[in-house]
Amino acid sequence: MSVVDFVDVVKSYGSGPTEVRALTDVSLSVAPGEIIAVRGPSGCGKSTLLHLAGGLEDPSAGRIAVGGRDLATLDAGERAELRRRHVGYVFQRLNLVAGLTAMENVMLPLELDGTGAREARAQARESLASVGLDHHLDRYPDDFSGGQQQRIAIARAVVGARSLLLADEPTGALDSRTGEAVIELLASLPSVRGTSVILVTHEPRYAACADRVVSMRDGRIVGVTDPLGHDQQLEAAR
Amino acid sequence: MAVREGLLVLLTDGPLHGYGLKSSFEHATGGVWPLNVGQVYTTLERLERDGFVEASQADEGQRAWRLTDRGREEVGEWWWAIPGEEPPPRDELVLKILLSLAGDRDHALEVIGHHRDALLGLLAQRRRQAKGRRRADADGLASELVVDVLVLRAEADIRWLDLCEERVTNAGAPGDSTEPVVRHRKRRGDRR
Repeated sequence: MSVVDFVDVVKSYGSGPTEVRALTDVSLSVAPGEIIAVRGPSGCGKSTLLHLAGGLEDPSAGRIAVGGRDLATLDAGERAELRRRHVGYVFQRLNLVAGLTAMENVMLPLELDGTGAREARAQARESLASVGLDHHLDRYPDDFSGGQQQRIAIARAVVGARSLLLADEPTGALDSRTGEAVIELLASLPSVRGTSVILVTHEPRYAACADRVVSMRDGRIVGVTDPLGHDQQLEAAR
Repeated sequence: MAVREGLLVLLTDGPLHGYGLKSSFEHATGGVWPLNVGQVYTTLERLERDGFVEASQADEGQRAWRLTDRGREEVGEWWWAIPGEEPPPRDELVLKILLSLAGDRDHALEVIGHHRDALLGLLAQRRRQAKGRRRADADGLASELVVDVLVLRAEADIRWLDLCEERVTNAGAPGDSTEPVVRHRKRRGDRR
């Protein structure tokens, strides 16, 4: 079963002469443990795709299913629960809560979901360890470097049993070395945690880490390529 | 760059035999520029003819080569000479994209997308090589830098194709030609 399914999805803003089409006839399935990179010029619909995948916005037409559940059939409470339990977000801006420690930041979504403090702490510790952080967890975000803060944000995004990570230019605010480390971390999530990742990035080298690269233009998917498959074809052609 | 300058540079640290020059050249260039011994000797003889190197007496059949003052001067000038790049760029990718613009817009965008996909594949391969080399740590800095430059060049080409796509999209139908260039459907995996 796919983690996310888009079937003929359309997203428009406004109506009549002021209507703006953000997405047109987008169909895409993300398999468990798959990394999808999304590329395209500014305004091509990349971020809208992420918002729809996370249930933050509704499509104007078409169908979106997350974890096999059609979002259109869920009421607001069920959708919020689905988001909390199955979907994590990482943005260019880190969005960590400055007044909470690293541990507390990662525990936050679990506690909001009703998980007890003891269990939340254990899961947060495990999640932080999986992104390479197991010291100074009682420190505040400002005490960490940019790369470490992004690791905390990723740990928070994947804590618990979340099956889908939506990452919107997660390296945009980082230097190249730190950005590379963050991408390596995202690329390891499928094998370490079984998480699927949709990564929006302008950086070709980061897109090349994905199982599939989706190219978008004017709200449409205009190409889907498999870098590793190309790689194997190039090897075979030698 | 010609091999001749490479050999002159290697001789600035002291005399070397022909085979030693071949090995040193290949090591210094990260293994991406293999030479055969015949090529090395032919080049050395030309450098000797031009007064840039001289050979010592044969030592058990091998002659050691050393720089002359003129050769040292030549190397000194070479370091600071800016490599020439003749505009406009004439590599095959550029030519192919420019020619595709003479046809219809959709075909041009398809060609751009196809080559970008192939370059992403190449980039994946280069990244894998870079990681493998870092792990093995066997070939040294030169080899690592060779992979780095290949990654960066592939990225530069991809960014250029992104720009092409953006400009073609914004410009509407490209080219004034009513005669589309001859084309064939793309085949997945084609490199050309």
